[in-house]
Parts: sequence; C-alpha cells; structure tokens
Amino acid sequence: MALSRLSHRAIGSNLFKPFAAAAAAVSSRPISSDASLTIETSVPFTAHNCDAPSRSVATSPSELLSFFRDMALMRRMEIAADSLYKAKLIRGFCHLYDGQEAVAVGMEAAITRRDCIITAYRDHCTFLGRGGTLLEVFAELMGRRDGCSKGKGGSMHFYRKEGGFYGGHGIVGAQVPLGCGLAFAQKYSKDETVTFALYGDGAANQGQLFEALNIAALWDLPAILVCENNHFVSVLVLTLGLENSKLEYSIIALKLSFGRIKCSLGLVNTDGMGTAEWRAAKSPAYYKRGDYVPGLKMLVDGMDVLAVKQACKFAKEHALKNGPLILEMDTYRYHGHSMSDPGSTYRTRDEISGVRQERDPIERVRKLLLSHDIASEKDLKDIEKEVRKEVDDAIAKAKESPMPDPSDLFTNVYVKGLGVEAFGADRKVVRATLP
Amino acid sequence: MATLFHPTAAFSTSHKLHIPSPISVRKGQIFVVRSDARMNNLISRGAHKSQTQRLLTNAVATKADNSSSSKTGHELLLFEALQEGLEEEMERDPRVCVMGEDVGHYGGSYKVTKGLAPKFGDLRVLDTPIAENAFTGMGIGAAMTGLRPVVEGMNMGFLLLAFNQISNNCGMLHYTSGGQFKIPIVIRGPGGVGRQLGAEHSQRLESYFQSIPGIQMVACSTPYNAKGLMKAAIRSENPVILFEHVLLYNLKERIPDEEYVLSLEEAEMVRPGEHVTILTYSRMRYHVMQAAKTLVNKGYDPEVIDIRSLKPFDLYTIGNSVKKTHRVLIVEECMRTGGIGASLTAAITENFNDYLDAPIICLSSQDVPTPYAGTLEEWTVVQPAQIVTAVEQLCQ
Repeated sequence: MALSRLSHRAIGSNLFKPFAAAAAAVSSRPISSDASLTIETSVPFTAHNCDAPSRSVATSPSELLSFFRDMALMRRMEIAADSLYKAKLIRGFCHLYDGQEAVAVGMEAAITRRDCIITAYRDHCTFLGRGGTLLEVFAELMGRRDGCSKGKGGSMHFYRKEGGFYGGHGIVGAQVPLGCGLAFAQKYSKDETVTFALYGDGAANQGQLFEALNIAALWDLPAILVCENNHFVSVLVLTLGLENSKLEYSIIALKLSFGRIKCSLGLVNTDGMGTAEWRAAKSPAYYKRGDYVPGLKMLVDGMDVLAVKQACKFAKEHALKNGPLILEMDTYRYHGHSMSDPGSTYRTRDEISGVRQERDPIERVRKLLLSHDIASEKDLKDIEKEVRKEVDDAIAKAKESPMPDPSDLFTNVYVKGLGVEAFGADRKVVRATLP
Repeated sequence: MATLFHPTAAFSTSHKLHIPSPISVRKGQIFVVRSDARMNNLISRGAHKSQTQRLLTNAVATKADNSSSSKTGHELLLFEALQEGLEEEMERDPRVCVMGEDVGHYGGSYKVTKGLAPKFGDLRVLDTPIAENAFTGMGIGAAMTGLRPVVEGMNMGFLLLAFNQISNNCGMLHYTSGGQFKIPIVIRGPGGVGRQLGAEHSQRLESYFQSIPGIQMVACSTPYNAKGLMKAAIRSENPVILFEHVLLYNLKERIPDEEYVLSLEEAEMVRPGEHVTILTYSRMRYHVMQAAKTLVNKGYDPEVIDIRSLKPFDLYTIGNSVKKTHRVLIVEECMRTGGIGASLTAAITENFNDYLDAPIICLSSQDVPTPYAGTLEEWTVVQPAQIVTAVEQLCQ
C-alpha cells in the first residue's frame, strides 16, 4: 500500500513525542491512514453445515494500530494483575487472559456496544474491550470501592451494563443459558442485535449448554456461542488437524496419564480444569457439537485478530438471519488456568514459548504493521511504553481508592431494601436498616 | 381425622362462620378496611413501595375493599385467579412474558396459563423443552436486559435442577454487579404434598431456597391473595419465587372486580384472637382453620395469621400478635429440619423472647420422603387434630 511515505514522516518529524502516541501521529497523517487494507487470514476457516467466510479481511491502518494498542494494553494489564496477585493485593481467584487477547479485540471490532457479550470468569480483557476503564479493573480486583462492581464482585464478576457486557460468572457453563436469554430479549425487542455467549472448552461438556443450544435453535434466537478452546484449561487437544504437533501432544498426554494435574490450593476441579481433554470430551470438535446448529471453527486462528473479526462479523449476519451459530476459537493462554495453577505441570515451557513465537496475537499485528509500513518499530515501542505507564498509573490510583464502607455490606441485596434491620454478629446492635 | 382433600368444602364451611369482632375478618364476602386505608394506595399504585419511604414491613396485614356491598366481585377458582392476575399484568406491560413447560399451546399443566398463548402469541408465552436449568437461566438473562419473565416450574421440585441459576445468578447478580443489573423475574409453580404423588413430586422447596440472599419468597393460599401476589410479584424489581400448592388450585372464592395488588412482605390476619397465635401458610392454613373450629367449640380463641411472605418474614404483624397472645404455634408443611418453621422459630425467639409465656411449638411434616400410600402420606403432614392438641398443650 502507498503508506511508506507516512512512516518517513513520522520518523523524521521533530514533533514526534513519545507519549503523544503513534496513534496521534497516525491521525495527523493525511488521507491514507484510513485507506482500506485487505489482509488474508493465516489459515482458512473450517465450517460445519454452513459456508465459511472468505479469508480476506478488510481492515485499515488505524484499525490495525488500534488492535495493537488494545491488545498491548490488555497484555500489560494481565501481567500487572499477575504481580499484584503475587504481592497479595489481589486475593481469591484470578484468571488471566493473556494470550487470548485477539478474541476480545477481534470480537469488539465486528460488533457494536448494543450487541451483548457474556463470558465466564476470564473476563478482565473482555470487560476492558466493552468500555471498561483500567481503574475500574484494578480497583475491583483489589476489592476497592471504585471497582466496577463496587468491590463486591471480584475478579470473576465484572459487569458493564452500558457497554453491553453481562459478566463475569463463576460457575462453569452457567453463563450460556443466560446468554441465550439475552438473545431472547433481543429478539423480543426486535433490536437487530446479537449476543455472543463465550465459554471454554471445559464448559463445553455442561448439559445446560446443549439445553440452551436446543432452545436457541428452536426459537431462532440471535445467539452466537463461542467456544474459546485454549486447550489447557483442561485439555490437551489431540486435534487431528495439527499434524506437526501431534507427536508432541501425545508425549504430553502420556505424561498426564501418570501425573496428576491439580490446581494447587487443594481444589481439584472435576470440570476439566486439570484433566486432559481426551478424558473429558468424547468429541473434541467443539464446533461440531451442535450438529444441527451450524458451526464455524477457526483452526489456529483464535490468535489472529483479523480472523476473529471476520468470523464474528459473519456470525452476526448469520445469527440475525438464521439463528444460532457456534464459533470455536482455537486460542492459547500463557498463564495457568488461574493464579494457583503454575501452568507448567501439564505442558512444557518450550511449548509455551513456541506458541509465543509463532502465534502470539500481538506479534502478528506488529509484523503486519511493520510490513505494511503503517508504523515503525519505535512507534510501536512507544505505544507499549505508554500503555505500561497507563497501567501503572491506574494501579497507583486504584491503590489509593478506599475499601468499601461497612454499610456497603447490605447495599444492593434487593433493588429496594425492605426495611429489614441488619445486626452485627453479636445480634445486639442494629448495624444498618435497609432503606 | 378427616381426609383433607376436600379443601373447597372445608373452605366454604369455615367461611360461613361469622365471628363478631371489631375488625371483621375476610370471610369470603366481608372485607376488611385497614385502619390507615393503605390498601387504597396499593390499588392505585400497584405494589410499588414508592409512596412509603420505609417499606411495608410495618403494615398490618389485611386486605381492604372499598366497595361496601359484598355482592360485587366475581367468583372464581384459584388457578383462574392466577391466570387473571397474569393476564392483566401481561396486558399492562408488554415486557412480561411467560416461559415454562406446556404453558403455551397446552394451556399449562394446571391451567394457570390457559388462553394466554392464543391471545399474546408465541413470543410472549413460550413453550420450553424439558430443560429447567437452561430456561430458568434464559429467564434470568432476559430479565437482566429489562424483560419481566414469569418462569413456571411444572412442579416446584423440578426447579432443583435450576438451583444454580436461581441461587447464583438470580439471587446474587444484583449484588455482585454492584447494583448494575436488576432481575425482575418471577419463578412460580406448584409444590407441596399432593394426593399420593410420590416423594419426588411432593417437595417443599421453600426450605431449600430460603437461604438464598437477594430473593423474595411468597406463598399464596386463596384466590384473593393468589391474584394479588402474582401481580405484586410481577411488578416487583426483585426476583420473587411464588409458591403455589397442588391441592389448592380448585379453591373457589369471590374476589373484587377492580384491580388490586397485595404487598409482598405482608402477612394476612385470617382470624384475630386472644389466646394463641397460630402462624401458617399455604395449605396448612386450611388445616388450621379446621382445627380452629374445634378449638372455638372448646373455648379457645386462636389468632390465625397466614404469613404469606416466607422471605422476609413480616415480623411486624407477627410481633404484634405475639405481644398480644404470648403464645405461638407454627404449623407448616415443610420438614422439621431446616424448614420455614425452624427459621421462623428462631426469628421470633430472637426478637420477641420477652413476650413469650411458653416455648414456641412448631408443627412440621416428618423428616421423611413423602410416601405413596395414602395413610402414610396423611401421617407425614400435620393434621387438624394435632393442631388442636398442640394448642391445648400451649394454653395450659
């Protein structure tokens, strides 16, 4: 594309300030910053009972830059959450999404805020994508009053009503019927919007998923069920398509049959978090699970933000016309299942770094930006530095945010309280009277 | 002891009694006007608590009717009253929809939703497959966006399959989202011990659900309060579980023509008295009223309160009664262990211990799965003779 002169301008410009962001420099470039690009996804889509969308994705330099920035922000946020957890500022459960950012970012690019997204507990980045702020994220993680749920939800309960983000749910699979309910409400109000109900490969074995899918197909609901297959929530995917890695996976599978995989803290999750997929799922082709519901699988492409965007766009159009669709996103998480899981007992470090090298979503976009001369190395490094500072600032601000007031214990139990008096533990002194 | 499956007969006979008292009790045709005329507000504004800053836990529980004549109104059966309430609310608010098994084209397994599907269409009265977990979850998801679904469990016992959705998503979402989402859902269905339906179809789920924070539970017992509570539950912004009873669907009563909505948190004064307070709800109300006849003949004056609101308890009405009579008998259909009666005993003891002259007696069902055999089934639930004995024991 004829963008090479733009990079010259950026590099040569004396006005280029590191924190003004490459984004600002981009927007100050003339016309072609919004020229459209067409980029091919790395791997074609695999479709089941429907037509696969085309591999060529329309995008633009500014969009790609925004992808880079958003994903870098999410990555930085998750890594910062990791260190906060280890510093014991975040307690309880903390499920990190780094590695899977392409799913959140690509989905956002394809839909509007009036479409609904609902997901499980790995929700920090999805929340951010739906318009949440870093301060709300960190304050909620640290249990402070400025958090998105006022400190009362925690890592697994992020919600943002105005952004169309419905959470944030701790029980595996329970969000899928909720998501179909959202789709039902959209159909009821004739909104022409859709719902994306995300779940993991571990949740794919829950009965309520199939129940909800059946109802969604019966009633033609605009629900899109997205399986984020990151393989290691529980699973080693012995996907028959990955020929080159089959051997490696089977070696690891052998190791599993001897070793025991547990999340530390003594919680053995029987829903597949520590169990091999071939122990948990008879059919690991999650996109085919519905069978009567068409499914689209993106083999490997869950890490390609453009492929995600294309698939979600296709899915939205499909769902509005034909009813539910299943998307399977083949993705990968670098951290363990949660902070209590080192993530290395059931996979090798080589494998993690291998994926990081070959399939990392941010690297992919970086290469695209560089090869199309949309930004220079320095621009991108500056974006990353700026993102880092943003995250650090947000953490500092969140640390200053106060803990919730003791009276907040009783707020929002009911929509309007019922005049009930709440006592302290000694049952003698009235602590609060609900309004 | 009488076999209890003639509730209509029992009901109508008890309603023929006219006990003179300053506050006339609702006997089918005579209505009570509450001292502060609060009912009028409720009629015009629905169950919204907007006119009172403090909620109606301090209300005295009676129903009022402004019409002086007792011949107005129309007679109907309890399931028809529920259907009337539901239909009125669906007409009033287009966001109300019904989901459940067999509610649409079949008309509802207890005919509560009869005629609604042809009238309102398939999108508002939805036949679901047998997937309680999923359709309860869907109702909750729809409620998060602002719809007001009424989810019917064909039998309350089936809702055990949806316990996760009811507990975690329905009860707790308002709290864990920091107040962002309201769940104005109504979950209703018949429960209780029926007529030889077997153990799994005779469950009393109010005891299982009572701990869930964030939900309200009400139990209806007459056509009048069934319609009023149904309407109130639909209008409420909180999730409400409405417990009906399998054996009460054919109760007949005359209810007012004009629109009325009852308060979800109030108890109902069925029969004022002086000697002992009998707290009950749902079907046991009729056993109690039958026992009350015997007791009156023996010279006792029991005060009977239908608590109606199972969560939260109307401690105001109950407290006033305890302060008057100093003796409490709780008659319930839940099991002994962990039932509504157990919680109510604890609540009364904590709050009104000084006013009690005797320990609270709680009569509950036996801690056994409900057997099939008719005689055994009668023995699992509380019978009027046992109530009479208990009152005599209390009043010694």
